[in-house]
Amino acid sequence: MDALKTWLDRSGLASIAILAVLLLVVFPLAMDSFRLNLVGKYLTYGFVAIGLVMLWGYGGVLSLGQGVFFGLGGYAMAMFLKLEASDPQSTAIQSTPGIPDFMDWNQLTALPLWWEPFNSFGFTLSAVVAVPVLLAFVISYAMFKRRVGGVYFAIITQAVALILTVLIIGQQGYTGGVNGMTDLKTLLGWDIRSDEAKTVLYFVTTALLLAAVLLCRWIQLSKLGTLLLAMRDKEDRVRFSGYDVSMFKVFAFCLAAALSAIGGALFTLQVGFMSPTLIGIVPSIEMVIFAAVGGRMSLVGAVYGALLVNFGKTYFSETFPDLWLFLMAALFIGVVMAFPNGLAGLYESHVKPWLARRKGGAAEAGGPPAGTPGEAGQQAAAPIASPGPSASPAAPHSTPAVAADPGLGLGTKVSSQSA
Amino acid sequence: MSNTDFVLAVEDLTVSFDGFKAIDGLNLYVDRGELRVVIGPNGAGKTTLLDLICGKTKASAGSIKFKNQEMTRLPEHMIVRAGIGRKFQTPSIYENLSVFKNLEVSYPRGRGVFGALGFKCDKEVKAKVDEIADMIGLADRLELEAGLLSHGQKQWLEIGMLLMQDPELLMLDEPIAGMSARERELTAELLNRICRNRSVIVIEHDMEFVARIAHKVTVMHQGRILAEGPMDKVQADPKVIDVYLGH
Repeated sequence: MDALKTWLDRSGLASIAILAVLLLVVFPLAMDSFRLNLVGKYLTYGFVAIGLVMLWGYGGVLSLGQGVFFGLGGYAMAMFLKLEASDPQSTAIQSTPGIPDFMDWNQLTALPLWWEPFNSFGFTLSAVVAVPVLLAFVISYAMFKRRVGGVYFAIITQAVALILTVLIIGQQGYTGGVNGMTDLKTLLGWDIRSDEAKTVLYFVTTALLLAAVLLCRWIQLSKLGTLLLAMRDKEDRVRFSGYDVSMFKVFAFCLAAALSAIGGALFTLQVGFMSPTLIGIVPSIEMVIFAAVGGRMSLVGAVYGALLVNFGKTYFSETFPDLWLFLMAALFIGVVMAFPNGLAGLYESHVKPWLARRKGGAAEAGGPPAGTPGEAGQQAAAPIASPGPSASPAAPHSTPAVAADPGLGLGTKVSSQSA
Repeated sequence: MSNTDFVLAVEDLTVSFDGFKAIDGLNLYVDRGELRVVIGPNGAGKTTLLDLICGKTKASAGSIKFKNQEMTRLPEHMIVRAGIGRKFQTPSIYENLSVFKNLEVSYPRGRGVFGALGFKCDKEVKAKVDEIADMIGLADRLELEAGLLSHGQKQWLEIGMLLMQDPELLMLDEPIAGMSARERELTAELLNRICRNRSVIVIEHDMEFVARIAHKVTVMHQGRILAEGPMDKVQADPKVIDVYLGH
């Protein structure tokens, strides 16, 4: 048992190590700084995607409003950078020098009070995480204590995303409106637009993302991870085992919000602006697609999902700009219908058994029966782990049963044991 | 309401759903170490009674005192922590997790968010899991995914998950439904063993099984208590025969 467990733990670490090598060695060697900056931008969505793995995959709570937290993190960072870019010298031509240009255009004559703290880098860094987490806590505490869940919760998160974008666009003088905050130049005097800066920021993003993946993996392997899985499966049983289920969901939601916000702040740094078009309803749904394509039970899978979908988006939106949205929708429907556990699920159900067979079935045949908890969900949908000819009664045909799930997998069991 | 020596004292309990009184002014007292069986025809309110005691349904009126502590206004998890365990009618276990994990997760430590993050499965937990697994006859199945257990084993596992918490009052809703004759026998033995140091309330239909385990039987009908007492006395009661046993 312990041997199996450590083996599984290590196998989780092995896939993280492969990802680390790819991001830290292969990409930087193979790409010029322009491409690398693109990847860095995609990786900021990786934060959102792993947050969704914890919230949606493990916690069974679908949020269609992660853009809100991505945006709050991104805007907090953008406010700091904007203030730094708006020193009196470079804004001398404004009627009120020393305030951000969009404020000047909107007839503001002084910096609003709530902007003042964003002159401090320390405050900004804490606000990047604290503000989104606070909002996430308020929303989720109010909802989950009242047992609002599933589709209703997803709709509420959509509403929040809409409210935030409307608010940002409407309050042009304070937020930059629909254009967002542009012309961000330096971070503590360091020019973030230079190639070197972009490369450094890429490595910072990657390091933070890998740290976040490790943190989430640790949470998955803790009792809290087990409880999240247990809640998704049998919420009442967890409640009547003496756990306050709502607080665990609140935690998962706040964790996902914090991760999204860090991603948003890094996005602002690397791309040099933040705007409401990046955080509304459509981007929020795209974020769910990243996690779904990569595999909502797999942290590493979600990062690959974010990379692949964004590569696809860049490529197709350049080549067939009109078709992209349809392709994206088709991709999502296809994933939900055909392989609900995404790329990671495909790997578990097809590649792994194939590798095992190649190694010689005998050694692996008695191998891990589905369900050492940390991995339980990853072995979903098809009876993956026992590829031997004897197989389990569920057989590969169990997939359609899961695929028929109408609610995008809202609160469904990702179980191979439906029989 | 006065304090009593009873583990559980339910008094004047009423719950109505849209005017329909599923439980109607019910009184029930359970002693320490007692195994009480609640019987009654379908719709008598047996499961609703358990739902009320464990907090799944909120009472419209009346009081539920557990060790003289009022339960009606506590949230579910606090009722559990006070020492009331509830088994559901259909086996309610975590199918994707191993038997070991099912039991481990039920161990009453690290119940807060951060407590759960810091929870370590130490010797104490392992010893408890082994003890309970032995008791429910699943000691050799600890690594098996719980979804692969037989129906009867799932029922035992759920009982085991409750025993992990050492509740002073254990409530079981039709624990032998769907079990084979042999499994019923084992379950009866298990129940007789576990009620030695705690009180147990069982809802059951199978009269033969009831006779084997019950210390005292409560017959419910239309949300009220129709009769209460030892099995043979209850069975001989003409009112009971009329509504239930005679059918």
